[in-house]
Amino acid sequence: MSAVSVPLAGRLRRAVGRFDPAIVTAFACIIALLVFGSFYSASFLSPDYLLQQLKVASFLGVIATGMMMVILLGQIDLSVPWSVAVGGMMACAAAAYGPVGEVFAIPFGVLCGVGVGLVNGIGVAYLRIPSMIITLATNAVAQGLMVVYTGGFSPQDSATGAMRYLATGFLVPSVPNAVLIWALIGWATVFLLTRTTFGRAVYAIGNRERAAYLSGVATRRVVMIAFALSGALSAFGGVLLAGYASKAAQSMGDAYLLPAIAAVVLGGTSILGGRGSYLGTIAGVILITLLQSILSVMQMPEAGRQIIYGVVIIAMLLLYGRSPANR
Amino acid sequence: MNEGRFWLNEQRGTLTAFGIFLLMFAIYVGNHPAGLTANVIQTAANKGVLLAFVAMAQTLVVITAGIDLSVGMIFILTNCLASWLVVGSAVETTFGVIAVLGAGLLCGALNGAIVVFGRLQPIVATIATGAVFFGLALLLRPFPGGSVNEDLADALTGRLFGVVPTSLVALAVVVLVVWVPFSRSLIGRAAYAAGSSEIAAFMSGVPIRTAKFAAYALSGLLASIGGLFLTFFTYTGEAAFASGNAYTLFSIAAVVLGGVSLFGGKGSVIGAIFGALAFRAIGDLLFVFDLDPLWQPLFQGVVLLFAVSLGAFALFRVRNRLEWFE
Amino acid sequence: MDPRPIAPPLFRMEGISKRYGGVSALEKAELTVHGGRIHAILGENGAGKSTLIKIMAGVVAADSGRMLIDGAEASFASPAAAAAAGIACVFQELSLVPDLSVADNIAIARPPQRFGLIDRAAQRRLAEAALARAGAEEIHPRARVKDLPLSRRQMVEIAKALVMKPRILILDEATSALTASDVAKVFTVLKRLKQEGLALLYISHRMHEIAELADECTVFRNGRNVASYPRGAKTDDEVVELMIGREYRHVFPDKPPAVRETAVPVLECRGLTWGERLTDISLTVRPGEVVGLGGLDGQGQRELLLALFGVLRGTTGEVLVDGRPVSIGGPAAAREPAVGMALIPEDRKTEGLMLPMSVRENLTFASLDKVARYGIIDREAEDRLIAEMVELLAIKAASLEAPVGALSGGNQQKVVIAKWLMRRPRIVLLNDPTRGIDVGTKQEMYRLLRRLAEAGAAILFYSTDYDELIGCCDRVLVLYDGRVGRELKGEALTEHALIASALNIGDQGAAGRPGAAG
Repeated sequence: MSAVSVPLAGRLRRAVGRFDPAIVTAFACIIALLVFGSFYSASFLSPDYLLQQLKVASFLGVIATGMMMVILLGQIDLSVPWSVAVGGMMACAAAAYGPVGEVFAIPFGVLCGVGVGLVNGIGVAYLRIPSMIITLATNAVAQGLMVVYTGGFSPQDSATGAMRYLATGFLVPSVPNAVLIWALIGWATVFLLTRTTFGRAVYAIGNRERAAYLSGVATRRVVMIAFALSGALSAFGGVLLAGYASKAAQSMGDAYLLPAIAAVVLGGTSILGGRGSYLGTIAGVILITLLQSILSVMQMPEAGRQIIYGVVIIAMLLLYGRSPANR
Repeated sequence: MNEGRFWLNEQRGTLTAFGIFLLMFAIYVGNHPAGLTANVIQTAANKGVLLAFVAMAQTLVVITAGIDLSVGMIFILTNCLASWLVVGSAVETTFGVIAVLGAGLLCGALNGAIVVFGRLQPIVATIATGAVFFGLALLLRPFPGGSVNEDLADALTGRLFGVVPTSLVALAVVVLVVWVPFSRSLIGRAAYAAGSSEIAAFMSGVPIRTAKFAAYALSGLLASIGGLFLTFFTYTGEAAFASGNAYTLFSIAAVVLGGVSLFGGKGSVIGAIFGALAFRAIGDLLFVFDLDPLWQPLFQGVVLLFAVSLGAFALFRVRNRLEWFE
Repeated sequence: MDPRPIAPPLFRMEGISKRYGGVSALEKAELTVHGGRIHAILGENGAGKSTLIKIMAGVVAADSGRMLIDGAEASFASPAAAAAAGIACVFQELSLVPDLSVADNIAIARPPQRFGLIDRAAQRRLAEAALARAGAEEIHPRARVKDLPLSRRQMVEIAKALVMKPRILILDEATSALTASDVAKVFTVLKRLKQEGLALLYISHRMHEIAELADECTVFRNGRNVASYPRGAKTDDEVVELMIGREYRHVFPDKPPAVRETAVPVLECRGLTWGERLTDISLTVRPGEVVGLGGLDGQGQRELLLALFGVLRGTTGEVLVDGRPVSIGGPAAAREPAVGMALIPEDRKTEGLMLPMSVRENLTFASLDKVARYGIIDREAEDRLIAEMVELLAIKAASLEAPVGALSGGNQQKVVIAKWLMRRPRIVLLNDPTRGIDVGTKQEMYRLLRRLAEAGAAILFYSTDYDELIGCCDRVLVLYDGRVGRELKGEALTEHALIASALNIGDQGAAGRPGAAG
């Protein structure tokens, strides 16, 4: 076989990402969870239940997409909780301003998330502040802004019809819109990561920012944009969640930080950056959602869920995510 | 050469933190309706000491160029544990205190083992262990409650000779018993060396792994002293998620204000303590100026953002752009 | 037979071999060191000197062979183990912890303790004594290492090594950062240590220092010890010959007749200066010319290439492309068609390639702007570009989708070069591109360089392999201490001349130059 020709298998593999034991393990865990769940309740394998799970998963899926982008760079976004809340709350806030507000509710919410992400991105890319630190700080500022805005009460504005339709409606019969949206965002992300110069740069920076810089790529701009995207996707997740619950809540994002990181990491994306495919993130998101679902079916209290999350993440990381032994 | 100049140079971060604290505290007291009374100082000290303990915990890990995002959760977990154990007779209480401190040490040792021997990135590892610690806290206290030996609590949160807040004395004792020996021991020296330049430390035959592990473990211990004091102040245990996160966050702010480098190898616990006290004073400034307390989270967030951006100025001195990517 | 009475060997290494990847750094090396003597190690770049020291100091482990101390077999798992066995090493500013004080650093391995805590007063006395012994009393023990200039740090390194009370002291280019008066002090110290019965291993490229100090010399070449001789037994010329001798000779493409001096240089720089590392460098490269950069490792060659490529900040002087002054703010600006510059970096693993990524992704990474429209990569255009380059450079890869890290060193290096040739650069900067690759690939690379030059490119080529510089380059600029020391071309471009000017032989004031004394 000539070195230049691209065999079909190669093309296929390129489309779905490289084979990764972590992804296989994640999918195997999903199947194991489904089998395990079906012992508890026969309805576990019913299409209705599975679609319902997929719908719940899509909120996490949207948020984890942004997180994945940032983790691929070898960074992390700890501002997810309040980026989500900012998205939901600002979209609902805009909706209170009459019909014009209703129209601009969703873009406004997402734009606010972009703002948070841009601050993160500028801090990480241009000021070289460790992402963990700057994103914690912007998270605190976003929280402060929202507290001031709502006056300390839970926000009163409700979601617009469009938000509710996106989160709970059905464009295609029996397929929830939220799932469609996740599919759309997922497709766009796969395209972005595999077919564009931006995607190549993201992987390259995650592997060796030095080499990417010496190749003449504007690495700092790429990092900034990735953080802005993460902010946008978190906020959009917040918009969907607000639509799902009909209104936004102060702490709506708190429950999404750890699962988002866990989903990405369990899907085989290296926490050190540069390696990982979106297929893995999909697997991770479904895995986490099913785990949550089973724990709630088992009536596991919140305490047990937290412990199991933590232990599962550490265990999976010890299997896949260790740094090399020699310095 | 001038000895004083070297001393100043060594203590610059700590002295700056002390200066910021003095300034902020002066503004705070100057505008406080009650003025400078023993009561005002006692209240301020009790609030400040809690963060000071957690900031000390964070400092130990940051010195080794790591980070512990679970300190707040160890703080909360040990608070819940203390609300069960630190009760009853003097003997029972003593054993309770020892058990709580032991639990903190164990949590820290777990972090250390995962990071040092498991070779996981501290950020993700400690977020995950933080979830575990919070889960345990919630298991202990699904609802706020419990109690504490009130005699001990009152003794440790009251005043000595009617003036000196006992909590400050306790803080000083912990510094003397934990920090001073650590910083002057071989292990402490190794922790600084590993944080400053791991390669140089390795070449010099310094016990890097032991030092890092000890730093994480002691960090857990210090966080549990904080948790103990939280119980003394509140008389209850509460698995408060938001509070745990806030303490983790504020500990980082305090560390940065205290002149401890997030890149490791530089700074001291004393600086972090003043950083914590200063951070508290800044947060409370809003109260004395009679501003809406609603602004407090935003104000603290902005102070934090500003503090972490300070380090960026070093960037302008970088002469080889490849150093950005190290 | 050596008539002088000597102590039994303190240290001996036998049959020590070490390979890095596929490349052999040491090959059955032997070395015998006696107490009370100063033993100099000589050799050109890559002869295996630094690997030898690293093995002795416990930094890396040998693949095979054994080491004997006092006739008993020894092996070191870490630098600490080597120190415990009495081997101390003065590295070039490698082993000082920047944020700790001088005293902390000097005592770092075994600080004096009282009640389990470090006794600061005792530590300070210890540090002061050590600094005094090294002849550097003026360094304050409380100063932070970070704040000291390079030459002071080097003295601290020496003091730190003395504290360990070693039986064998290794000095690796220990004087390269020192001023002339420091060197004199250090020599006094070394001679005293010799009197005290220590064995000293002295690695230096300064011939006059070796002549003054060493009792015995060993020359290394291609990872083997080729000769050992007592002081004064060989002339400088003979030593240079020992360092040169080669097992094989490369085959180089023919050089064209000299380029017309009238052609406008594609690349020119005037008075380029960067801190203390580059001083007033002026050079021109005309179209079709291959200009070499020679000299010992670390004389500013890397910095010069990085400065031209816009990576260094705060450079002064002028850079001209096609006779027009340009200001290059970074690689992104350097690769623009108006400049058309490419840099083949020094370390392909950290600077040239993203090892876990595929051959395809690496190949086109610097040229994505050429195959993408609106940021979307045109796969067919990409495939065409790749096919062309794979053919031109004969890159052997099982699949374009395989990670580039799976290729051989030579093929990896071809990918790095192909990645830049895709942009059709007019100025090619190469930073030691043949290090650690096989002979066959090297030959291909030489032909490629010449072809590029024939097509009108200007090539600036830094190599640590003198043979290569002679075979490939039309002219060679030899750098010494951040300056262009000598320019060699035509008949004058010989290996002897290269090494002699790299070692700065003949320039008697080398150690006392005004620049070094500052």
